[in-house]
Amino acid sequence: MKRLEISELIFKIFAYLFLTVFAIFCLYPFVYAISASISSIDALRTGKVVLWPVEVQFDAFIYVLKQKSFWTCYANTLFVTFYGTIWALVVSIAGAYALSKKRLLFRRGFNFLLSFTMWFTAGLIPTWLNYKATQSIFRGIGIMDDKWLIVIAMGMNAFNVLLLRNAFEGVPSEIEEASIVDGASEFQILTRVFVPMSKSAIATVGLFFGISRWNGYFWARKMIGNSTEWPLQVYIRDTLEQFNTTETQPFTNFSADSVIYSMIICAIIPILIIYPYIQKYFAKGVNLGGVKE
Amino acid sequence: MKKNRMTDLIPDEQTLKRDEFEKYYWRDNFRKIVKDWRLYLLLLPLIFVFFCWRYMPMYELLVAFKAGTKEGVSVLEVNKQDFVGFQWFKQMMFGSQAADFWRAFRNTFAISFYGLVFGFPIPIIIALFFNEIKSDIYRSVLQVFTYLPKFVSTVVMTSLVWLLLKVGSDVSSCGILSTVLVKLGLLSQEAANSGVLYAPKYFRAVYIISGIWEGSGYGSIVYFAAIIGISPTNYEAAQMDGANKMAQIRYVVLPGILSTISIMLILRLGNLLSVGYEKVLLLYKPQTWETADVVSTYAARLGGLEAGGGSLQGLASAAEMLSSVIAMLLVIGSNMISKRVSDTSLY
Repeated sequence: MKRLEISELIFKIFAYLFLTVFAIFCLYPFVYAISASISSIDALRTGKVVLWPVEVQFDAFIYVLKQKSFWTCYANTLFVTFYGTIWALVVSIAGAYALSKKRLLFRRGFNFLLSFTMWFTAGLIPTWLNYKATQSIFRGIGIMDDKWLIVIAMGMNAFNVLLLRNAFEGVPSEIEEASIVDGASEFQILTRVFVPMSKSAIATVGLFFGISRWNGYFWARKMIGNSTEWPLQVYIRDTLEQFNTTETQPFTNFSADSVIYSMIICAIIPILIIYPYIQKYFAKGVNLGGVKE
Repeated sequence: MKKNRMTDLIPDEQTLKRDEFEKYYWRDNFRKIVKDWRLYLLLLPLIFVFFCWRYMPMYELLVAFKAGTKEGVSVLEVNKQDFVGFQWFKQMMFGSQAADFWRAFRNTFAISFYGLVFGFPIPIIIALFFNEIKSDIYRSVLQVFTYLPKFVSTVVMTSLVWLLLKVGSDVSSCGILSTVLVKLGLLSQEAANSGVLYAPKYFRAVYIISGIWEGSGYGSIVYFAAIIGISPTNYEAAQMDGANKMAQIRYVVLPGILSTISIMLILRLGNLLSVGYEKVLLLYKPQTWETADVVSTYAARLGGLEAGGGSLQGLASAAEMLSSVIAMLLVIGSNMISKRVSDTSLY
């Protein structure tokens, strides 16, 4: 009995130690980013900043917040996140509802075609050609703003549709039958019965979409030519590339690195604010996502 | 007898039956569709989106078999190009630039394989350890911190990597992470000053460690949920039999989460060839192509999507098609093996 307790104790101590170290490892870059963004140029240059800010200044932050292009890009990101999430969510909910119904013809076929896109992707070049064609069609019908291309054409995700479909399949059929007896139409059943009953799955999927929209970079960079339509991620990367190529420090009283750190912090603040609320949904979403047939 | 008479009346019974069946089959289905038209209307946007932006690119993979090398072949132009068969595939695998392709191919496998070996067990270990922490508050705090990197964008993550591993010089010191590594004796001062991200031998380590930083905490959720699902009576029974902590993990916990592990392993194996191109593109430099260039980044450069290449879209698509097909075979293969070995499968 004694030996048993000792092995348990050692394991427990080791678990605490390992996880604490790992949590610090995960958190450290963020803490350092905050400290570096408000430390002076000399402190950064001599490597004095290790954890806490040294010789505090807020000029880098003020410089970032004064840039008009920064706010333009911030607004673009909000635009893409807002409309992109709504569009993806509406399409996915409607489609997942239909796919969850046994009476849908060729249901297995549709499900297969949906899952297939998870296992086989066409690759970058064909996708690029496709987006370019879409772009010219959009331009042709008068949508000159490339943000709409990002909103409509990108970010749909088969996994999220499957997740919603599984949630809808979990709604008891008696409730649906009862509402049919009460004379509800198909749309009413969806919006008054299925959507309220799958709130947490919908929240999860909405957050998946929202985060991926907020963080989207690659195709936005490739497809948006006009820098006034860039989302924030593209702007951050562009600034990083600019400062990386210049040898001399562009500012006198704060480091160029502080500017990028400030932008990074501005970009993750909205995520940090909603993070405590969404964390439980994400944990739930991962477990909901068991792929089943 | 009745049957015989029928055959007299109808010369070709077989044909008729099939015809009738088909007639009714389509008529019945048509009726079902009319009756449930609202359902199909709801499905329509999803079909539209997936058709236009998931399946049309697959159609455009045809550029891998077409002659066109012109910049920006669009959907309709693909049809107009001449069919050249497997010429691009041949050129890719045996032509003058074949070395570049095979390098990218090897790198893709190497990065994924090392990522699997080092990255896969860590979430499981973290989940096992989370289970040991009985204080709910402390565990929640740790969970909040360890899941956080997952929600940060690739751009932010790679920017942090660039800044933390910054090049050093006489006037300014190198990035803080390089400095720490030098202090720990894991990195020489020269290597740190000339930039960790400019040295080919460090690229894979940077890629994999940043991947662990980003995804391990979040990846542990699914295992943790599986561990919680194990009935406490199993532990009690094991304790009665005198099992110590290691024995409990070996005989109670691991069998309990085996199906989760195998599903996650199938998913990882299936993704063995789809290294995140975004992260590689944001982290690599021409100096590190030697170890960093993967198939998709190679194709992106070759096809003119990234700077530093031509407009050989046929060749680029051929490379990606090959890797996509192999990736799909890997999913199917690992799924089959898993089905046979442990009765767990994705579909």
